Amino acid sequence: MLRPGGILSALVLSAVLGTVGAQAQDNGPIKVGFLTVKSGALAAGGRQMEEGLKLCVDQHDGKMAGRKIDVITADTAGQPAVTKTKTQELVERDNVDVLIGPLAAFEALAIDDYIRKVKVPIISPSAAAEDLTQRKPNPWFVRAVGTSAQAHHPLGEYAAKDLGYKKIAIIADDFAFGHEIASGFQRVFKDNGGEIVQKLWPPLNTADYGSYITQIDPDVDAVFAAFAGGNGIKFLGQYRNYGMTKPVLGSMTTVDEGILKNMGDEALGVISAGWYSAGIDTPTNQAFVKAVRKAYGSDPGYYTVGAYMACQFLNNALEQVHGDVSDKQAFMKALRNVNIDKSPYGPVKIDDYGQPIMDIEIRKVEKKDGRLQNTVIKTYPAVSQFWTYDPKKFLAGPVYSRDYDGGGEKK
Amino acid sequence: MTARSGVWLVVMVVALVLVPVLIGSPFYVNLASQVLIYAILAMSLNLLVGFGGLTSLGHAAYLGFAAYVTIYLTTLAGFGQFSGALIALVATTGLAMLFGFLALRASGLGFLMITLALGQILWGLAFRWVSLTGGDNGLGGMQRPHPFGIDLGDPNAFYYFALCFFLVAFAGIALFVRSPFGHSLRGSRDQPRRMRALGYNVWFVQWCGFVYAGFWGAIAGILYAYYNQFVSPHALNLMTSAETLLMVIAGGAGTLFGPIVGAVLVVVLKNVVSAYIARWVMLLGAVFVMIVLFMPEGLVPGTTRWTKLALGRRRRAAGGGPGEATGTAAVQERSS
Repeated sequence: MLRPGGILSALVLSAVLGTVGAQAQDNGPIKVGFLTVKSGALAAGGRQMEEGLKLCVDQHDGKMAGRKIDVITADTAGQPAVTKTKTQELVERDNVDVLIGPLAAFEALAIDDYIRKVKVPIISPSAAAEDLTQRKPNPWFVRAVGTSAQAHHPLGEYAAKDLGYKKIAIIADDFAFGHEIASGFQRVFKDNGGEIVQKLWPPLNTADYGSYITQIDPDVDAVFAAFAGGNGIKFLGQYRNYGMTKPVLGSMTTVDEGILKNMGDEALGVISAGWYSAGIDTPTNQAFVKAVRKAYGSDPGYYTVGAYMACQFLNNALEQVHGDVSDKQAFMKALRNVNIDKSPYGPVKIDDYGQPIMDIEIRKVEKKDGRLQNTVIKTYPAVSQFWTYDPKKFLAGPVYSRDYDGGGEKK
Repeated sequence: MTARSGVWLVVMVVALVLVPVLIGSPFYVNLASQVLIYAILAMSLNLLVGFGGLTSLGHAAYLGFAAYVTIYLTTLAGFGQFSGALIALVATTGLAMLFGFLALRASGLGFLMITLALGQILWGLAFRWVSLTGGDNGLGGMQRPHPFGIDLGDPNAFYYFALCFFLVAFAGIALFVRSPFGHSLRGSRDQPRRMRALGYNVWFVQWCGFVYAGFWGAIAGILYAYYNQFVSPHALNLMTSAETLLMVIAGGAGTLFGPIVGAVLVVVLKNVVSAYIARWVMLLGAVFVMIVLFMPEGLVPGTTRWTKLALGRRRRAAGGGPGEATGTAAVQERSS
């Protein structure tokens, strides 16, 4: 059984591994490790992230605070184990000064312990899991997007107060992101006197939402739909096909600009909330939207603007430390101290947990110039991840989950 | 085992021991540790696919289950590192007993589908039983153990830790396969009816092979938990099972070294080549197509065959009889 030929083949074939020596770094460029997804189911979002980051670096002519920016991109394939290896590669082999990424929450969680150990600042351009900046805050982590529920707390209030809805049915993707969005909405909606009559959780890879749509209680005032990826397209199309006329409230990602271009009239009138909309009418945002349209031929959505803003955070922090990243503590402090007046989001500050405080827009899908877009109909200024709740009390409660039963404490 | 292959074995072990010294960079040492972990998993699956003739698409179940149990027990349930790992090992082997009982009611395609279904059930549980498994956000926060005061957080230390298990697994599987029982497992693959006529309980032989494979799958799972310090439903999903099967088939099912080479190939393509080639999945596909075209039996037996062919031709050119070369090839054929 132990054949010499076999062992020889094994040895020869195993010698595929090459070695690359560690590179020296002193006053050279600032190395940015970028974790994105280029292969697998999440690759569409990964590509938009790459576009957002590239646009930002190009706008700065590849230089920030006088130092060249060197972006090293790694493909995590959307798998936690690969994400960890890729992070190790960027940190140990390429000696990056800062990381931007990864895309999915489970990827960010997979490298959480490692980041604490190696102490490399990381800016999240997409992963929204609540606890990353709440119950398990990582001192080396700062987020450039909202938490799952951050935009949907205000939407709960808007639905109850401005729209006057009393009864709502929730339908959401059955994974942590969907659970957290739904719970945040539920909490504030109930606090304002509303009632959640049912919650439906179709699995992520549901092809036909028919069996869920027919379960929706006919007496509700509206349906709150929280979907990620391409699921919003499928749901809204089928919702209209089943002749449903109840108004739809959406999460930020249900009618994200990244997928809105693939939707038809079924999306018209959907009201959603987000920390961003391509329709925000400020000169800064309109210039940004124009640049994205010119470079990539589409409107910026969740991933594009997330990566773009992660890069702006980096720029802001680098300017604070005058391009000196040798003192990691000081650099991290600067990242936690990011304060931007004018950005596509509007003004942005960071709270004590590494989470941005931003304006939240209530948006309505409308058709303008032959294309669908999220028109801003109301803005909630400077919204924290804790909404109006006391952070300590908020954190003492359990993290939002599928079985979350809170809300309605104050009426 | 001849004296010559004994020498080769020693050379291989020495080479493996020297890997960290030769490589130096912690990143590649970590990569080598991952290769060892996946090699153990692929070797264990090879027991079923190669030696038992039972193609399974649910082998990630043991990797993921053992990893979940290890991390759950040591971080949330307050067990010690050693007891946590031991319980994970016993529980996973128990799971293999149950799964073997269910899956071995069928053979061929039926067996494949049942293992696939069982694997998906576990994946579904991990995904949905959020209070226990953390759902798709997974379980983390685990520390690597400190056996005998050695800090396994160090890449080199972890590599040697994994290497110990790898060598024991290799020896354990090699001895198993060469034992009379291993021969009866292969017999039940090739001639189940004749084996039955000879008085063997084919079902029991296959079941034992199945459980033994599950046992080594559990070892790989515990190492996976220690290495990643994190587990999410990805460890249990169909992708992981399919990838492991690819390692076995690409390297050479039914050979001892095939799965190891397959593990090197897949891990390196996934983690190293992907840094240079964006379309690495396509490359992976192309590599497998080439393997199927030129070495349908897998890389290790294929390379051996091509080498023999080249050597035989040279010998013939030098005036030696072709009889000798074909004779050895025939012996090789029989022993694999």
